[in-house]
Amino acid sequence: MNMRTEILRYLEKNSRVDLGELAVLLGTDEATIANEIADMEKEKIICGYHTLIDWDKTGEESVTALIEVRVTPQRDLGFDRIAERIYNFPEVTAVYLISGAYDFLIILEGKTLKEVSRFVSEKLSPIEPVLSTATHFILKKYKDHGTILAPQKKAERMLVMP
Amino acid sequence: MRNPLSDKIVNIQPSGIRKFFDIVNEMKDAISLGVGEPDFDTPWRIREEGIYSLERGRTFYTSNAGLKELKDEISKYLERKIQVSYDPASEIVVTVGGSEGIDIAMRAMLNPGDEVLIPQPSYVSYLPCAVLADGVPVVIPLQEKNKFKLTREELEEKITDKTKILVLPFPNNPTGSIMTKEDLEPIAEAVVEHDLFVISDEIYSELTYGTDHVSIASFPGMRERTIVINGFSKGFAMTGWRLGYACGPAPILEQMLKIHQYAIMCAPTNSQYAAVEGLRNCEDEVQEMRKAYNQRRRYLLHEFQRMGLQCFEPEGAFYMFPGIQEFGMTSEEFATRFLEEEKVAVVPGTAFGDCGEGFLRISYAYSLDDLKVAIGRLENFITKLRNQKKA
Repeated sequence: MNMRTEILRYLEKNSRVDLGELAVLLGTDEATIANEIADMEKEKIICGYHTLIDWDKTGEESVTALIEVRVTPQRDLGFDRIAERIYNFPEVTAVYLISGAYDFLIILEGKTLKEVSRFVSEKLSPIEPVLSTATHFILKKYKDHGTILAPQKKAERMLVMP
Repeated sequence: MRNPLSDKIVNIQPSGIRKFFDIVNEMKDAISLGVGEPDFDTPWRIREEGIYSLERGRTFYTSNAGLKELKDEISKYLERKIQVSYDPASEIVVTVGGSEGIDIAMRAMLNPGDEVLIPQPSYVSYLPCAVLADGVPVVIPLQEKNKFKLTREELEEKITDKTKILVLPFPNNPTGSIMTKEDLEPIAEAVVEHDLFVISDEIYSELTYGTDHVSIASFPGMRERTIVINGFSKGFAMTGWRLGYACGPAPILEQMLKIHQYAIMCAPTNSQYAAVEGLRNCEDEVQEMRKAYNQRRRYLLHEFQRMGLQCFEPEGAFYMFPGIQEFGMTSEEFATRFLEEEKVAVVPGTAFGDCGEGFLRISYAYSLDDLKVAIGRLENFITKLRNQKKA
């Protein structure tokens, strides 16, 4: 695996790592790490640094919905133009073009059920090429971005053994 | 009443640091760098297969030597990893951990008075296993200046006309030392020249950093005089499943199988089904674990250098073996005081033979976060010791 991939694999799980420490872990020097990261930020390989939050634990009201959308692609512009109209809404956190029974999968964060349904009925459905939508509300997140959110078990190994 | 006990067993010394281990395992608030098993859970794919095999009601004995599917996979795996081929039908026995393999190999090969060469520091069971098999253990003390590798000179110095077996424990617990192709070449030559046999304990073979593991069985003339011991405990994080295997020439394996058959019957069926999945589909998981160990290894080496704690660079297993001679204490004194004063458990080098005196075994089968806390305390402790020495 090349150094870039090594760095990315590490940062993907722990973007707050100290660069000097990362250099030690990967067996290189700090300048190499810093340069590679700066380059990858410029090249938009690294697109941002986010924090994984379990909002359920904060008491903040929020709901997440997955919305399947079927559309008619537009001549010359295909799906991209429609995607743009959807992803520009700030409450939309992800838009994917999907193979199979429908075209787009949208992830939407809202404060309440009502807010999400209002988005679907007032913003999304009226977009002309949109043929139909199906909204799924997330009831519980067990694992997100590769991290298990359920409480982890305690260490069970003996303290010392040969 | 007559004495109910066997003199041979009574005379086997319990490990001298047992008491130390008991104290540590009783302490509730201690943190530890003392374990000899992976911190990772067994990869889910393997556990899931174990669960499935129970659901299917696969709860019967397997054939004595092990499930055919598993022996086939072991054979392919060894072909891939060490470029030695073993006939699944006659040259592989699936055992209850690597430990059983060591035991039955010695019992199958030793006659009373035969000498067994055991390089130390090394795992604690070789010596008692040799005694149990009526062999005479002869220790070869390895040296830090050779990175705890075995040299031809050290080997030949201990060979007598009674020497029959050389135990080759690499990658090594507790030192982390490995034997490369170049290191093994002269050893293999000497073994052939002196007509010895080798029990090569390769349980840590998945855990080498920088270079791939090389087995002595792959050298010319060595396959027919080597028993390779391996298993799933370390590389596949399956310690509690108790599953290993021994491979070697059919005439020796046939005798080992007899002992296994009468003493054990067969290795746990459930574990065997799970291990098939491990060999077929867990290369990625194993590699991820190896990568994590390697990062921790680099971290510890860097920290030891920063603190001025003398330590050679280990290239295998998941242990560091730093020297503590500068503090003028025995390994056990150091470990006991470190435990009492900083509440961190490490294993004194002497647990692995007298020549481990002056060293500690530090395991990095811990998360990086745990290691950081423990290393912080180690730094406190040695700073305190150095200041006391100055005053």
